[in-house]
Amino acid sequence: MKVTLQNLTKKYPGRGKGPKTEVIAANDLNFEIPDGKLIGLLGPSGCGKSTTLNLLSGLQTPTSGRIFFGDEDVTDLPPQERGVGLVFQNYALYPHLTVRQNILFPLQNLKGAARLSKEVMEEKALEAARLVQIDGLMERKPAELSGGQQQRVAIARALVKMPRILLLDEPLSNLDARLRLQTREEIRRIQRETKITTVFVTHDQEEAMSISDQIVVMKDGVIQQIGRPQEVYDEPINLFVAKFLGTPPINVFMGRVKNQRLYIGDADVLEAPGVADQPVWAAVRPEGFILEKDGPLACALTGVEVMGRDITVVATHPDCENTAIRAIISAENQVDAGAHTVRFALKPHKVFLFDRDAGARLL
Amino acid sequence: MEKKSLKGWLYLLPALLFLGVFMVYPLVDVFIYSFEEGYNSASQTFFGTGIYNYRYVLRDPYFLQALKNTFILVVITVPLSTGLALLISVGLSSIRKLRNLFQTVFFLPYVTNTLAVGLVFMILFKQTPYTDGLANLILGLFGAGPIDFIGGPYWAKMFVLCFYTVWVVMPFKILVLTSALASVDETYYNAARVDGASRWRIFSRITLPMISPTLFYLIITGFIGAFKAYSDAVALFGTDLNASEMNTIVGYIYDMLYGNSGGYPSYASAAAIVLFAIVLTITVINLLVSRKHVHY
Repeated sequence: MKVTLQNLTKKYPGRGKGPKTEVIAANDLNFEIPDGKLIGLLGPSGCGKSTTLNLLSGLQTPTSGRIFFGDEDVTDLPPQERGVGLVFQNYALYPHLTVRQNILFPLQNLKGAARLSKEVMEEKALEAARLVQIDGLMERKPAELSGGQQQRVAIARALVKMPRILLLDEPLSNLDARLRLQTREEIRRIQRETKITTVFVTHDQEEAMSISDQIVVMKDGVIQQIGRPQEVYDEPINLFVAKFLGTPPINVFMGRVKNQRLYIGDADVLEAPGVADQPVWAAVRPEGFILEKDGPLACALTGVEVMGRDITVVATHPDCENTAIRAIISAENQVDAGAHTVRFALKPHKVFLFDRDAGARLL
Repeated sequence: MEKKSLKGWLYLLPALLFLGVFMVYPLVDVFIYSFEEGYNSASQTFFGTGIYNYRYVLRDPYFLQALKNTFILVVITVPLSTGLALLISVGLSSIRKLRNLFQTVFFLPYVTNTLAVGLVFMILFKQTPYTDGLANLILGLFGAGPIDFIGGPYWAKMFVLCFYTVWVVMPFKILVLTSALASVDETYYNAARVDGASRWRIFSRITLPMISPTLFYLIITGFIGAFKAYSDAVALFGTDLNASEMNTIVGYIYDMLYGNSGGYPSYASAAAIVLFAIVLTITVINLLVSRKHVHY
């Protein structure tokens, strides 16, 4: 099911008086989710991603704008009539019902012609349970399950009625690191198997990057960029997106463009074709550094972390915004950990230039 | 191990001491009195032992009247007050405006003195040479004749007593249920809505099971409280409850001890043990039923 958001806006009234205190949680959102894709809504907390999810589920109503599932306008439909499956951050499993009863619950709510016979319901519930591999735990109560198992039950409950779209609200945030990795693969697998259009919300960029077909980066209720994870990573549209994606984070330098050349401090580090003379933010991905004896960018070396496959060179530079520069280079390089300075050249396609005031991309 | 359990008993000692002196000992004592014929607390003498006291009490028409009254009171007021309280608290939790005002209004009877409330009910229901009372005034609007609610037919008096009891016990139940309803996590409701549940199904499948421990607590304490009713009847019908056919079991026990016909601790003890047996039975039944229906 294709999902279309049209000029979707949600404002919360402020606590004080007057229009200034009102909060715009979602500001004029426009995007289209292609059928059968997995979309990651990504942003720091308070960016409006959960609001967007709630607008899709119908738990909240937009101040203005429309939502379409396929060609149907669902903006005014209550959640029970939208046919969405929602997995809550804390799973919201009904504690007094067993796993089986929890999964059956959405089916038992069906009315009229959609109503299924008892046998079919049981069968569907079991099928959903099998899909998430919890069919051995059907008679347990949620309190008797681990976090990961509860998560699967929540997904099974959301999937059992074959929702038109599946929504996941921070689905992995309550799991430990190892389970998180495993579960995100699982979500990917389930989504591929069921081919249900899926939107999931996360503040963890790695999570979003790793399993999404497309990511939507949001900030302050405004969409910053939409695209395939690699695309967004390689071509961030502004400084915020560049900083938000990638671990270790991108290294941001205060730089200056003069005569189509980029200067960091006094060093002429790179050419900047087509950029007018002005102060800029120069952001360099950790993998954008090349270790070079007479490289233009000299940094004070503070440490070297050898990780087997590659080396992280930790350094500082007076013009760098980050407390420490982290450069990832191949382990074939030799770095003298005792040296005081380390010199880098930069890979042009891993360096982005942004406007100093607005943070808009220049190059 | 020995030392550890000794320490445990030591910690329990103060509580055990008080419970023993003020609960267990009197209970055992009452149990013993109930088998001693004609026990006199002043001279500490009795004629003989046996089940004569029980035989007397269970054949005493006043006791049977009290038993009947108490049972009617329990059967009517416990379900009615709990059901109404549930209805009102659900209503209260689904409104925003004036919620605090209504909460205060519903809670008012709880902080009002029983006897003062009884007085107000007297004014509402009692017939005097000058007026038929407010209740009769309203009945008159519908063409129904004046009924003497305080001194008249049995059913009228019972109606007033039940009305009064429900009105007095409801505030506490509303208070407890409102907070129980408020403690149900909003996300369960959201999840149920997304799952397509109707309002009634959300209430019956989510809300009710979630508050079932509280509801059950209210039912048990409601039963016990209603079985022990006494002051309500006094507030409405005065102290001579036997004459007005409105006595309760506790009222009977009190009368046997201190009333005009008082001075019979043996009969009072036997009646008290009968009441104890009834309350115990009902509570055990309640517990057994709840095990099936109360969740977690």
